[in-house]
Amino acid sequence: MTAPARTWWREHSELGVSALLALVGVLVLVDTVVEGGLSGGDEDDPIGPGAVPLILGAALLVLAVLLTIDVLRGGHGEAEAGEDVDLDAPMDLRTVGMLAGVLIATAVLIPLLGWPIAGTLLFAGAAYALGSRTVVRDIAVAAAVSLVTWIAFDGLLGVDLPGGPLMGVLG
Amino acid sequence: MNDFGLLDGFASALTPTHLLFAAIGVLLGTAIGVLPGIGPAMAVALLLPVTYAFEPTGAFIMFAGIYFGAMFGGSTTSILLNTPGESASVMAAIEGNPMAKQGRGAQALATAAIGHFVGGMIGVLGLVLLAPLIAAVAVDIGAPDYFAIMVLAFVAVTGVLGSSRVRGFASLVLGLTIGMVGLDPITGSPRLTFGVPQLADGIDVVIVAVGLFAVGEALWVAAHLRRKPPEVIPVGRPWLGREDVKRAWRPWLRGPFIGFTFGSIPAGGAEMSTFMTYVTERRLSKRRDEFGHGAIEGVAGPESAASASSAGTLATMLTLGLPTTAIAAVMLAAFQQFGIQPGPLLFEREPDLVWTLIASLFIGLVLLLLLNLPLAPAWAQLLRIPRPYLYAGILFFACVGAYAVSGQPVDLIVLLVVGAIGFGMRRFGLPVLPAIIGVILGPDAELQLRRALQISDGDVTTLVSTPLSITVYVIIVLLFVVPLVLRLRRRHAPSDDDRETESV
Repeated sequence: MTAPARTWWREHSELGVSALLALVGVLVLVDTVVEGGLSGGDEDDPIGPGAVPLILGAALLVLAVLLTIDVLRGGHGEAEAGEDVDLDAPMDLRTVGMLAGVLIATAVLIPLLGWPIAGTLLFAGAAYALGSRTVVRDIAVAAAVSLVTWIAFDGLLGVDLPGGPLMGVLG
Repeated sequence: MNDFGLLDGFASALTPTHLLFAAIGVLLGTAIGVLPGIGPAMAVALLLPVTYAFEPTGAFIMFAGIYFGAMFGGSTTSILLNTPGESASVMAAIEGNPMAKQGRGAQALATAAIGHFVGGMIGVLGLVLLAPLIAAVAVDIGAPDYFAIMVLAFVAVTGVLGSSRVRGFASLVLGLTIGMVGLDPITGSPRLTFGVPQLADGIDVVIVAVGLFAVGEALWVAAHLRRKPPEVIPVGRPWLGREDVKRAWRPWLRGPFIGFTFGSIPAGGAEMSTFMTYVTERRLSKRRDEFGHGAIEGVAGPESAASASSAGTLATMLTLGLPTTAIAAVMLAAFQQFGIQPGPLLFEREPDLVWTLIASLFIGLVLLLLLNLPLAPAWAQLLRIPRPYLYAGILFFACVGAYAVSGQPVDLIVLLVVGAIGFGMRRFGLPVLPAIIGVILGPDAELQLRRALQISDGDVTTLVSTPLSITVYVIIVLLFVVPLVLRLRRRHAPSDDDRETESV
């Protein structure tokens, strides 16, 4: 791809949102038709279960077109500001990717290690991804937060969080 | 009929358990309001799975405490950091932060705290007086009216707020689509499940709310994290001089009327309330030149309006079952989890819950004032929390909340996917509020639509058969036409200006 073309796509990256809207719209329409949405309703339910999904699917397609027109005319969605958000800095997708990895690892580790340990790794891993480099302190804080949460939720509030093998050892 | 009233509500709210819930709520709420990156809607969403174990009254006392506490706390961040903790406290940043920079931070905090107290008190009083009236009128409205009002809520939230309508509606329709996933409540046939059995139960509202608010926000901040935390202006114990009180008392009393009104209508919310109050105070002030440089009126009015708008939002949510803000939407979801349907019948069916909740609002406001005046310097310390810990903590509790919904690790993956959507929405300027209102209110709106058509045997004109529904649709049309006319006028305006300059 030539350099100007690449810049053009970067400036119009919102077209990706249009594409996504269109994709979701098509999926909604296809699934509704497959699940029998076109059959309509009966006496008790005149429009049937399929009508609203069909309208939403069509609306998604219309919005995809409208958004495309808006973007090509130079429209831009404003990125959200916040207290800790520095919009002038370039997007740091590495951190985001690491956090996503930490969340997936947590999902995998909960059944194996239980909440106290998986939660500790989640907190410490996320803190590391976010730039904290005081590893020992991070793990101590993470373990404390995770353990207190587990005791409070599982023990006091009756929300079922698995204790994992460690709890068998501790009795 | 049960004649449980406000006094019985006080008796119930003053029991030790309920007082404890109120105290936990306001403390948690203030902390959440002070902390960046976490808002009251996110907090209530995170707490939803926890509260399954509670009785509903206690849970709602706590939620309401969080709501009002967050309003209080948000102003602290605005004043000391110049970056509003909640969108409602933008106005406090404009006047409060310059005050703090001039060494009048203590006075700004006191003005805000007393403003929230006065505004909250007048607002809740309005709720006590008006809510039963609205409920009594609304008892007779039928399915077509409900559907019309819900459409109004969708359109107002989407079309009035935010700069781009296309993006607002895209967000709304995405939310409505997510809300549609699962078994159809009337016929029981699967919809948008793509043959995946796990999707038959639908996507839990808690996971959607936590994903969009908490995970989406954490990922978004992570991508742009300021490497150096902003400077916090040190501050002492809040106090007010005689001259300050003289300037602030009128705005304190005026704010709630604007706040309650705009809080109770769709698309009003706290942002519109505080903005309108700020504009009003600036127009009324004799020291207009001080505005923008630390005018105490600009803190007093908007802050008292902010808390009053919370009461207005609660009034609409309790009497009509209609959420006008993100936190009201999440609270509505909480009511649904407990099997309680807010609406005109709520005051007849659950009078003890409603009046205990309202009484606890008065108590919560007193607690907030007593806590916040002496504790303000301590709250300010929260702003120094290391950012990696703050956002790691948000992700941690998001996972606890999502996992607690049904105890399945796969929910964390769903949470991550919804969080990625929330990230994309923030990146490309799609507002989050319409999506969350769509998810929570959408299924209900469809139910009302189908119920209306069922009663009329499929005759579509039933939707515009009542005076109320016709009025509401006229308002919706106006919401579209008025901005269009204004835009056309603005397009002509430059030529008018030219002519004026020429004549001069």
